[in-house]
Amino acid sequence: MRRIISVLMENEPGSLSRVVGLFSQRGYNIESLTVAPTEDETLSRLTLTTIGDDHKIEQITKHLNKLIDVVKLVDLTEGAHIEREVMLIKVKAAGAQRAEIKRCVDIFRGQIVDVTASLYIIQITGTSDKLDAFLQAVGDASILEVVRSGVSGIARGEKVLSL
Amino acid sequence: MLIRALHDEGVEYVFGYPGGAALHIYDAIFRQQEVKHILVRHEQAATHAADAYSRATGQVGTVLVTSGPGATNAITGIATAYMDSIPMVVISGQVVSERIGEDAFQETDMVGVSRPIVKHSFMVRDQRDIPEIVKKAYYIAATGRPGPVVIDVPKDITNPFDTFPYEYPEKVKIRSYTPATRGHAGQIKKAVQLLIEAKRPVIYAGGGVVQGNGSELLTELARKLNYPVTNTLMGLGAYPGTDRQFVGMLGMHGTYEANMVMHHADAILAVGARFDDRVTNAVNKFCPNAKIIHIDVDPASISKTVTADIPIVGAVDSVLTDMLALVNESDEVPDAGAIKNWWQQIEEWRDNHGIYVAPRYQQAESGKIMPQDVIKTLHEVTKGDAYVTSDVGQHQMFAAQYYLFDKPRRWINSGGLGTMGFGLPAAMGAQMADRDAVVACVTGEGSIQMCIQELATCTQYHLPIKIICLNNQALGMVKQWQDMQYGSRYSESLYEDSLPDFVKLAEAYGHVGIRVTKKEELKAKMEECFAMKDRVVFMDIAVDNSEHVYPMQIAGASMRDMWLSKTERT
Ligand SMILES: Cc1ncc(C[n+]2csc(CCOP(=O)(O)OP(=O)(O)O)c2C)c(N)n1
Ligand SMILES: [Mg+2]
Repeated sequence: MRRIISVLMENEPGSLSRVVGLFSQRGYNIESLTVAPTEDETLSRLTLTTIGDDHKIEQITKHLNKLIDVVKLVDLTEGAHIEREVMLIKVKAAGAQRAEIKRCVDIFRGQIVDVTASLYIIQITGTSDKLDAFLQAVGDASILEVVRSGVSGIARGEKVLSL
Repeated sequence: MLIRALHDEGVEYVFGYPGGAALHIYDAIFRQQEVKHILVRHEQAATHAADAYSRATGQVGTVLVTSGPGATNAITGIATAYMDSIPMVVISGQVVSERIGEDAFQETDMVGVSRPIVKHSFMVRDQRDIPEIVKKAYYIAATGRPGPVVIDVPKDITNPFDTFPYEYPEKVKIRSYTPATRGHAGQIKKAVQLLIEAKRPVIYAGGGVVQGNGSELLTELARKLNYPVTNTLMGLGAYPGTDRQFVGMLGMHGTYEANMVMHHADAILAVGARFDDRVTNAVNKFCPNAKIIHIDVDPASISKTVTADIPIVGAVDSVLTDMLALVNESDEVPDAGAIKNWWQQIEEWRDNHGIYVAPRYQQAESGKIMPQDVIKTLHEVTKGDAYVTSDVGQHQMFAAQYYLFDKPRRWINSGGLGTMGFGLPAAMGAQMADRDAVVACVTGEGSIQMCIQELATCTQYHLPIKIICLNNQALGMVKQWQDMQYGSRYSESLYEDSLPDFVKLAEAYGHVGIRVTKKEELKAKMEECFAMKDRVVFMDIAVDNSEHVYPMQIAGASMRDMWLSKTERT
């Protein structure tokens, strides 16, 4: 099962490499990873998605918790949560294609953020599934370049991951 | 500033080796008396010696090496300590801050190279941080599940011309690190209930009991309940080896009765043990009828390989104290009839194949000395009270099986990593820890050659250790596997007459060498060896070279499936 693990950790050199190292060392895979400082600049928030059964996920969270730099973590998929990913995509857009793609962008509530005579750059935000669906709708033939940010997530309601 | 911090931390000995990037630190060592430095002959030995010092005393061992090759030479020893959860602080010199990343002379990314084998690491970026980093490093190394911590120190950071106000912190708090202490009261209650209701219980104690200073409590609990106890390779000494309730070591080369007890148990109390693959054999066939209570300070150890029915995260001594109190208070007692039957069954197993009630090995037709007899003689001559360090191979397993340790911290071996070369430097560390103690290093002619240079360190610091070399003229453990699984094709496990004359070698280093080839001489020569209290003695003992270590679990099967000799299996 796909899981989203959100980690609050010390914003120190080497912290990130310890997290990434742990995954390769113990044979866990990372599907996506995003990391940036939080409003408290001594802390970073890292979100990673991984796939595994309950046993594996339990091991992953235990080992992450063991890292000295990790302050707290939560498996967002255990409860209601919001997840978002940003995608920038450069597509061929000439002639009749232009209107077609524009319509597709509207349906997915994306934005066209740059235009030339022959191409669009589109920005789409949403769950990873939605992003996948958009890519499919546009079709491989038009796609020139895709950049995805990786998943960020936050728990719904009162639950807060902070110090 | 660094050495002052070490002194304030209470460090007495540093095991190390100098070099360019560490020279400011070495100069500071020269200009003080409190922190004593032991100069080894190879950085690997510094780590093993510090590691063994820690195992013998319970204190954190300290290592100091230079950058580059000094640091990489220390890696094997750091990994050894990591696998056995030994608290150790390794300080490595580093090139000056501004050269980092430029492939400068003797630059190695020590923090990076050591990352998977340390509990944590620090790179010092500002001189002013030294006291706090040192304090944190020792705190992290020693608490929770202990382990090695690296402090990488660029040379400019130790520049003696930069001076700063110095204050050593009394306490540290690390907001992201809170090691477990007390176990969950509800879980402990459930565990005690399960234990008392058990009909075929066993206590399975690991290195965590030794490390966590839980031996006395464990012994009290076991005696109170009259339950059998088995120790892991790392746990030997956690429960007294000569006690009636001790059924021997368990696992791959565990005793028949220990493995049978485990397999047939209905309740297992695992304390400070980690269900290592050398213990469980095939996990899916492991102890089919047992409910498992698992006490460990490291949550990640629990249900890692074998799922625990009652997990208890906490420090071993604290949890055992709580359990003991509950057992003492409880109105319920174990079912005396069931426990009696259980002991009857155990005695039967012992009588059939137990290695302590009768010898289960044949004397060699060649008349050669049997390796098992060497260990038994060692036990006799040292009255079971020596510190015994070991290398890795058949001799290690014979020592584990036949030297019955009654006290914790006396058996010092590389269990998790299985590092050949560990034994001799470890013996130095143990001797440093207890200058009056009898320290024996049980080794093989293969392993001893991996750190043989340390014989010189023994000379320099007057460390009168005794080397008991079980010379079977082969990488015996490798050869045993080749016998059993590769049709006796001895690929690269023999040396073709290239072994050195160990007696002469010992003498070259200024020590005493004794060669033993005849059974009849063994005991007298060993007594002679241990009578030389202030000398290093190298006993080169020619043992039967066709002997295998038994019992040996059959791969892929359950705990009760064992070879008992070359021809007999369960
Ligand atoms: C550094 C290292 N290299 C290789 C091994 C693999 N190995 C395990 S036991 C063994 C043979 C050890 O020979 P010896 O020290 O003579 O002991 P014996 O088994 O003969 O008693 C080897 C090569 C190891 N454990 N450590
Ligand atoms: Mg050998």
